[in-house]
Amino acid sequence: MSDINTLTRTWTDTDPASGLDLRLTDTCLRDGSHHKRHQFTAQEVHDIVEALDDSGVPVIEVTHGDGLGGSSFNYGFSRTPEQELIKIAAETAKRAKIAFLMLPGVGTKDDIRAAQDNGGQICRIATHCTEADTSIQHFGLARELGLETVGFLMMSHTQPPEVLAKQARIMVDAGNQCVYVVDSAGALVMEQTADRVAAVVAEIGDEATVGFHGHENLGLGVSNTVIAARAGATQIDGSVRRFGAGAGNTPLEAFVGVCDKLGWKTGIDFLTIVDASEDVIKPAMPEECQLDRMTLMMGYAGVYSSFLKHAGNAADRYGVSGAKILLEAGRRKLIGGQEDQLIDIALMLKAEQDKAAANS
Amino acid sequence: MSQKLTAAIVGPGNIGTDLMYKLLRSEVIEPRWMIGVDPSSEGLKLAAAQGLESTHEGVDWLLKQDTLPDLIFEATSAYVHREYAPRYEEAGIRAIDLTPAAVGPAVIPPVNGEEHVAAMNVNMITCGGQATIPMVAAVSRAAAVSYAEIVASVSSMSAGPGTRANIDEFTRTTSAGVETIGGAERGKAIIILNPAEPPMIMRDTIYCAVAPDADRDAIVASIFAMEKAVQEYVPGYRLLQEPQIDEPSAATQGQTKVSVFVEVEGAGDFLPPYAGNLDIMTAAATQVGQNIARSILGSNA
Repeated sequence: MSDINTLTRTWTDTDPASGLDLRLTDTCLRDGSHHKRHQFTAQEVHDIVEALDDSGVPVIEVTHGDGLGGSSFNYGFSRTPEQELIKIAAETAKRAKIAFLMLPGVGTKDDIRAAQDNGGQICRIATHCTEADTSIQHFGLARELGLETVGFLMMSHTQPPEVLAKQARIMVDAGNQCVYVVDSAGALVMEQTADRVAAVVAEIGDEATVGFHGHENLGLGVSNTVIAARAGATQIDGSVRRFGAGAGNTPLEAFVGVCDKLGWKTGIDFLTIVDASEDVIKPAMPEECQLDRMTLMMGYAGVYSSFLKHAGNAADRYGVSGAKILLEAGRRKLIGGQEDQLIDIALMLKAEQDKAAANS
Repeated sequence: MSQKLTAAIVGPGNIGTDLMYKLLRSEVIEPRWMIGVDPSSEGLKLAAAQGLESTHEGVDWLLKQDTLPDLIFEATSAYVHREYAPRYEEAGIRAIDLTPAAVGPAVIPPVNGEEHVAAMNVNMITCGGQATIPMVAAVSRAAAVSYAEIVASVSSMSAGPGTRANIDEFTRTTSAGVETIGGAERGKAIIILNPAEPPMIMRDTIYCAVAPDADRDAIVASIFAMEKAVQEYVPGYRLLQEPQIDEPSAATQGQTKVSVFVEVEGAGDFLPPYAGNLDIMTAAATQVGQNIARSILGSNA
């Protein structure tokens, strides 16, 4: 009889010297960029990297929320250029590796080169989970440059496990070393996570590792992550204090505590990271990440988490319901990157509202 | 003497085939050859059925023929076009390039359609460029644009292997066109491939930063005029909403933000109507080819 706390795959299989069961990445300086409306200062990035590094977090992701080149009208302009933030992070970290994100269609190969020049060591390339073939040229370049690679299959809840497995294969054949099942909408429920992770593990075997990136829009971040690890994910994303898009990410410090209880080695000191959460991350947050009407809609309707602030902006600008904007975004099957369409939806709702008022 | 120029279409894929149907209706261009490399290509069969001389032996075969075309429409990939463009020019054949190779000057019909009729090679930029640069140019005509950003959303079904293998070419070539032809001081381009079923019709959003004291009525009037100009060759090109003007704020970096929302429904010649991104390319290439043909036929007359 096997103990459910025994992991079938561990990070030590990949990196024997690490001694880690799971390798954790904190994403608050990338996914949290959405919640912060891309307003991170150099000082905040320095302080957060320092605190996470002290806690033993092995990988820290730093980029505009929408990846390299994301600073724009469509996604929000960065207060501090992301390449500068990557550089500060790399200079600050003593042990942690600095990762950066890029989305084909938004960023370019030149952005990847610049991020490496600034000290980024892990190149994470994200596509919608049916469009993996748009990342082939970028994985090719990243490997040529000697970068460690990670591939994100975003909005994984929209496709069945077998489709994700095929898309994972495309990324691995292109040079990706770790495929992440990414629950961008926080819409996966437990076994749905496990089935997707297991299908990707079955497809790629030992050719690459598998990861999981969760969101809290239905309150399932930690649960989904535990079940993903049991299904074979050995790289795990989270953000301290949930500091991420939508209702936020899997709270990294909570997951570290859970791993301690299950006997899974993460290399992160629980008490130190809890202090970091309270003393360093909290002051940098504009507000806590909330499980409220808007973010619940996202998990429920399967909407890309970073639409939250943009839907809120459009709702305020045109005097319509933000929750209705998100529901319509789900109905239209919008995917990550289509923030512009939220304005179109708001204008449509306003026209309907004006018409109803005129008729009453 | 023939009153039409002869043309070869290189690349019998979706774009090449759709282009063929448009050229078959032209009064000044006769599509005579369809050139491919794969004998099982559906596009070659369709072209043969329309009476075009179709071959899978590639451009090398074409360039060995006794009679050469006046025009070549390149619908392959940027890599292929870069390789062959010098040989077209040596043979005295005018090239209209539908790949993002950007060997020759870029052309957007309602903006600079007449400007490069004498060039040996003209480039059609990208589908996203054809759909959005007219609007950047429209705003530029009324006010100085310090920055313009375009977001093109197309259905996954309509994005072929060329686009997918080289998505960086799209962003680079489109953002360059936003600057050189759109008239923005700085340009940025974003493309999204959306797999929704039923497939979504191409949608584009154009954001322009203009000075706070810019003439807003003139900007809006120029946008509506441009919608009409594009509709002359792409009837399914339409504004989804009135242009939106946002007051200067920190979020707009102190500039007035002009937002234009466009939908491009295709004519359905060969590709389904949702593939407006491909239709606007073939329609624009047809326009540009005809402008070149008229200038040559006119000067011979």
